[in-house]
Amino acid sequence: MLTLDHYLVLSAILFFLGAVGVMVRAQIIVVLMCLELMLNAVNLAFVAFARHLGSVEGQVIVLFVMVVAAAEVAVGLAIAVAIFRQKGAVGIDDLRVMKW
Amino acid sequence: MISLPELTFVGILPALLLCAAGVVILVVGWFLRRGVLVVSCAVGIVGIAAALIANNPLRFANDSAFSNMLAVDAYSWFLNIVILIAAGLTILMSVRYLEDEGIAMYEYFVLVLFAAAGMMFMVGGDHILMIYIGLETLSISIYILAGGLPESVKSKEAAMKYLILGGFASGMFLYGAALLFGAAGTLSLTGLAKHFQAGQVGLLAKAGMGLILVGFCFKVSAVPFHMWTPDVYDGAPTPLTAFMSVGVKAAAFAAFVRVFFEALTQFQVDWTQILWALAVLTMILGNVAAVVQENIKRMLAYSSIAHAGYILIGMIAGGKAGISGVLYYLLAYTFTNLGAFGIVALVGRKGEARIMLKDYRGLGNSNPLLAVAMSIFMFSLAGIPPTAGFIGKFTIFSAALAQGYIWLVIIAVLTSIVSVFYYFRVIMKMYMETPETQPAALQLSPATAAALIISTAGVLYIGIFPTTYLGLALESVKPLF
Repeated sequence: MLTLDHYLVLSAILFFLGAVGVMVRAQIIVVLMCLELMLNAVNLAFVAFARHLGSVEGQVIVLFVMVVAAAEVAVGLAIAVAIFRQKGAVGIDDLRVMKW
Repeated sequence: MISLPELTFVGILPALLLCAAGVVILVVGWFLRRGVLVVSCAVGIVGIAAALIANNPLRFANDSAFSNMLAVDAYSWFLNIVILIAAGLTILMSVRYLEDEGIAMYEYFVLVLFAAAGMMFMVGGDHILMIYIGLETLSISIYILAGGLPESVKSKEAAMKYLILGGFASGMFLYGAALLFGAAGTLSLTGLAKHFQAGQVGLLAKAGMGLILVGFCFKVSAVPFHMWTPDVYDGAPTPLTAFMSVGVKAAAFAAFVRVFFEALTQFQVDWTQILWALAVLTMILGNVAAVVQENIKRMLAYSSIAHAGYILIGMIAGGKAGISGVLYYLLAYTFTNLGAFGIVALVGRKGEARIMLKDYRGLGNSNPLLAVAMSIFMFSLAGIPPTAGFIGKFTIFSAALAQGYIWLVIIAVLTSIVSVFYYFRVIMKMYMETPETQPAALQLSPATAAALIISTAGVLYIGIFPTTYLGLALESVKPLF
């Protein structure tokens, strides 16, 4: 029997994987995917809570989050393309013009 | 039977007008070939003026609209004005900059207007979802704008860094929201407040509160969540940096205050302690790192981190005095920082070639008026009377003292003294050093001149006659308490 806790643990693991991925992965595309993973982990938590509490609010929020995530990744990929055109590569290491 | 929510457009009319102006620019810009920048600027300014007028009814309202999604109150009124001033001055000073860079991009103004509309939704949001959508509307617009310089690798890099860290921050924010939702079963601020007042406060809610705090701290660039700030401020087009440093900060602080003082007051003891530590770190690191910068945009970026620390003190002090101090500080900071970045954009010339501190040598000779204005902005940032920055710091520090945060205020005053060093370095360069080759004097366009005159006048006027504005700020925080 799957309980709320199972979903929450899964969502926490996914969120953690996404967050670590953003910090350690070397490809911008993979980093963007990890951002998506974080947001989808959040969505899972929202849906699980909504089901548990019997409230529609959580499910509505998920729809909004999905729209926003799509918009964000569209802009992210556009910037990645622009960087690729100028530098011929899209690694995180290519973002090194500025350093304090 | 589903009942449709009642539509009250008063609350969103200012934001709607901004969006309408943006759409008009999009349509008109498509047809125009010449003078598209000037026309878009004019349309934008008209939209902002209309929004300022439409914003007035909010002052005396204390209401919520769209099924409690949006608060229509004096608090939104005050911050909407701050945001509109920021957007208006940014648009005015951008025309010349875009012309110099040879970018006939009318979408720039559209995105500034859309970002300002997002900020208004963030400020007025009475529901975490509304705040999140406002936050993303403004962030996505600004990601695009930050990467807007076609030739510059730095600008793309800034946009990418901002997008990745901004996305990370909103992920944190949302996860916190999910946990709060699990704990309380609702995300409306009043609902959350009611829930926490009635029941005890569990671990789930505390974790949610912590994650939301991290999300906001990213947006206001408080240490240790400030890493993106110097790079993004350095790489983005200068007028946009100005907009980011004041507009995003004002909107983020507004939502930060509303969420924490309206919904999470039961946790005040917990988050005050966290904010205390963050404020101290922010003030020390921001000011110390600014001392060693040679690039003026990076220096101002670290200075903006430091100012986030001072504003956090107002939140720690809390109460009407502390929060009205925050509002006044945001207004003062808007005029000051926009003016300072406006001059940085001018002095930078084509391709932002001259953004080092040494490029300011001899500005006092070649452009005396600009140098005077820059000195006034530096005085205000350092917090020296009779400027607005002084009154802002004074109000916030005295509110904190009244609450007994003596050590916090001592650290704040000491770090302010450090900040005097690097702000005065700019003034020294302008008046006391001479460059090897004197560049030609800068010519101001009418729009830029207007922006600089308004910000100089604002800094001096609300600094010399602060009573009215402090009164307005005090009146505006009433809905929160």
